[in-house]
Amino acid sequence: MSRQSLSIALTGSGGSGVMTTGSMLLEAAGQAGWYGIMTRSAGPQIRGGEAAALLRVSNEPIESHDDCFDLVLAIDPGSMGRFVEEIPLRSDSFIISDAEGGRRSGPLPDTPAQVLDLPMKQLAKSIKGGRPNMIALGAVAKLVGLSTTSIHSILEKILKSQGPDALESSRACVELGFSAAADLPEFSSPPIDKTSAGERWSITGNEAAGLGALRGGVRFVAAYPITPATEVLEWLAGALPRAGGVLVQAEDELASMNQIIGASFGGTPSLTATSGPGLALMTEAIGWSVCSETPVVILDVMRCGPSTGIATKNEQSDLNIALNGLHGDAPHLVLAPTSVADCVFTTQWAVYLAESLQAPAIVLSDQSLGQTRANINRPADLAFITRRSVPEQFEENYCRYAIGDSGVSPMAIPGQPGGQYTADGLEHTESGAPSSMPADHLAQLDKRQHKITDFNFGEHWADIEGSGETMVITWGSTCGPVREALARLREQGEDIRLLAIRLLAPERPEEMAAALEGVKRILIIEQSHSRQFHRYLRAAYDLPGEVKVFNRPGPLPFRPNEIIEQLAEVFET
Amino acid sequence: MSSDTACALIEPRGYKSGVKPVWCPGCGDYSVLGSLTKALSGLRLQPENVAIISGIGCSSRMPTYLSTYGFHGVHGRALALATGLKVARPDITVIATGGDGDGFSIGGNHFLHTCRRNTDMTYIVMDNQVYGMTKGQASPTTEPNWEKGKLTPSGTGINPFQPLVIALASGANFIARCSSSDTNGTARAIMEAIRHPGFSMVQVLSPCVTFRPEQREWKKLTRPAPVDATSDAARAARRLLTDEDGLFTGILYVGDRPPYQPQIEPSIDNIAELDKEFRL
Repeated sequence: MSRQSLSIALTGSGGSGVMTTGSMLLEAAGQAGWYGIMTRSAGPQIRGGEAAALLRVSNEPIESHDDCFDLVLAIDPGSMGRFVEEIPLRSDSFIISDAEGGRRSGPLPDTPAQVLDLPMKQLAKSIKGGRPNMIALGAVAKLVGLSTTSIHSILEKILKSQGPDALESSRACVELGFSAAADLPEFSSPPIDKTSAGERWSITGNEAAGLGALRGGVRFVAAYPITPATEVLEWLAGALPRAGGVLVQAEDELASMNQIIGASFGGTPSLTATSGPGLALMTEAIGWSVCSETPVVILDVMRCGPSTGIATKNEQSDLNIALNGLHGDAPHLVLAPTSVADCVFTTQWAVYLAESLQAPAIVLSDQSLGQTRANINRPADLAFITRRSVPEQFEENYCRYAIGDSGVSPMAIPGQPGGQYTADGLEHTESGAPSSMPADHLAQLDKRQHKITDFNFGEHWADIEGSGETMVITWGSTCGPVREALARLREQGEDIRLLAIRLLAPERPEEMAAALEGVKRILIIEQSHSRQFHRYLRAAYDLPGEVKVFNRPGPLPFRPNEIIEQLAEVFET
Repeated sequence: MSSDTACALIEPRGYKSGVKPVWCPGCGDYSVLGSLTKALSGLRLQPENVAIISGIGCSSRMPTYLSTYGFHGVHGRALALATGLKVARPDITVIATGGDGDGFSIGGNHFLHTCRRNTDMTYIVMDNQVYGMTKGQASPTTEPNWEKGKLTPSGTGINPFQPLVIALASGANFIARCSSSDTNGTARAIMEAIRHPGFSMVQVLSPCVTFRPEQREWKKLTRPAPVDATSDAARAARRLLTDEDGLFTGILYVGDRPPYQPQIEPSIDNIAELDKEFRL
């Protein structure tokens, strides 16, 4: 069965409840058996402004939005103005708007779509405590073929805390919206694939990263709130205590970074989550983690930069700072998940690698992965359980930084008699005593480089899919639309290779050479204005044949069809 | 201090690593090192159950000179490091050491919030009112008219930071001032500080004989405060604010605020339990 999907946007003024409505709709779709995603688009306002919930449901797992939306419910018509670029429409798309009730928000912007009227505000007024967003929810349920029963059970769960009156009025609104939509045209909803009955999850990328951290063994988290990473920390604040862990809210990112180093020095696998501005503050101490060989994981949920940038929107522009932001020669790990589901695996793997290699690992997630909620197949459990090399017994004159074969030297933990050493950001001898001797500096630089470069990372360094002489190289959330574009081409009989890089540092020249075997044309796709990923690839690897780049800054996501067009254009295939 | 970790007596020298300090001859920090080893010996703490945490600066070299676990971190962040370690490992006795620049200038925010958080640890600040390692610049505790600072040749012109006033106002649970010239008195104050639950602040006036040679006079000028420690914060505040030359020594304030220590609960048997909330 090929992919069929339906894309729905709910827009309104901030506080109109479109996000709640969207979440309920996605959950109902999930329970009905659809895969799906929902992304959020909102300004920086805490209340007010405009907000949009962008949904797509499908019979197959999806990781990207479609080229256009099929249906928009504009609770406040004027609110659509802000989203013209983010909600592309065709002439056969529909906007269901509330012309009369939404008068105050201004008129709908010009649109190629067909506009239908549904008096959501007026209908809501006929019910005590009624709200237009619940009318909209009932209407969408009808249009996409969901039953009101499924919506009601979700209402019960979500509105439990708000008392029986709120629940009753919401139910009534959903019923009213459902019947009011009877006169509107029907949509052809994607079929439900009953054959794959495996366990399905509803999870955001930020929750998935938190879960991956816990699965990997993280038991200490220091937190300083920052958009769009806060949800990782909030989820962990609830989950960590159950797993025997602890979260501390720190006074700033300098503190959160140093706290996790302190906790890791004490033997506890540790993590913090932040975004670009926080990562910038943390870089000094990340270098300290390199030099003292204290493992930590830093999850950077990227947003538009530089500076405060656009805090609520996606961009892949922290690659440079993650790779090169540390002073001195400071080998460390940089990883990036390739989908919402992969946030579990990549974060778990990062914890495993950091602990195994006694080095900091930076995980570059992004706003688009982190704040997207997805209905997915249950992510597989992978047996990357944290294993730090800790000495069992000590010989006299224990050397914390002994060179050894692998470069990884057993790390004593406070409380272990005979293992006392001083972890130091000063260059040091094998015993850890400060040293300014050239030979000690070279020996320790070599050790720290060797342990990372020569580690066997296995096949997880990248996802390599498809065959053919043309390859797309990409990373992070951009993998979603690229995968969809390549799947569409495959259906047309055109096979294009995908290389989605998960391990950005250290470089993997041998694996890359094998992956590039037979490739004659490369298209690099990234969401960065200065082509950071392209420059990185150029510096790190030999790329054969013709190399083109399709890049743009955030926040607009790539659409599958524009990737197909780019492939056709740049290579004139 | 941590749970009962007392052991057989180890002489103070047994807490020294044998690494030769980088300090100038006559530096007050030698005496503080001596006081610290006396305190650890007096409390009969096993070296492996103690971690000395520091930032950057002359006095921040302290961990290397001790036979305990040690942590010589980045400039200004010793208290953040110490907090992470103590919260994750409440069984370890955690002591942060450093200077006035490290603690009150670059590390000022952590100082405020560590006092406020009141994690069970001891902070020993060797205050010499100068940046020594970078060769003689004014620090937050330098007098406004000190004209030998190479970045401020006409004096800073701004009032010095009052570490103990700030510590009290921010919620430190134990506050003492010592003089490095009184090795035994400093050792006793450090012992009390380690024993006392919560965040204990010990300011040690420790002369920089190279850049502030006039501080040699501290030996004569410092004197025990004529009154005992108080548990009344208002009274402690009045004493500090009427303390004209800042050279009275002794334990000033002993509070009874419970320390910050998030309970670490036993883990659920199976982490997969956490998956449940995501199931559709």
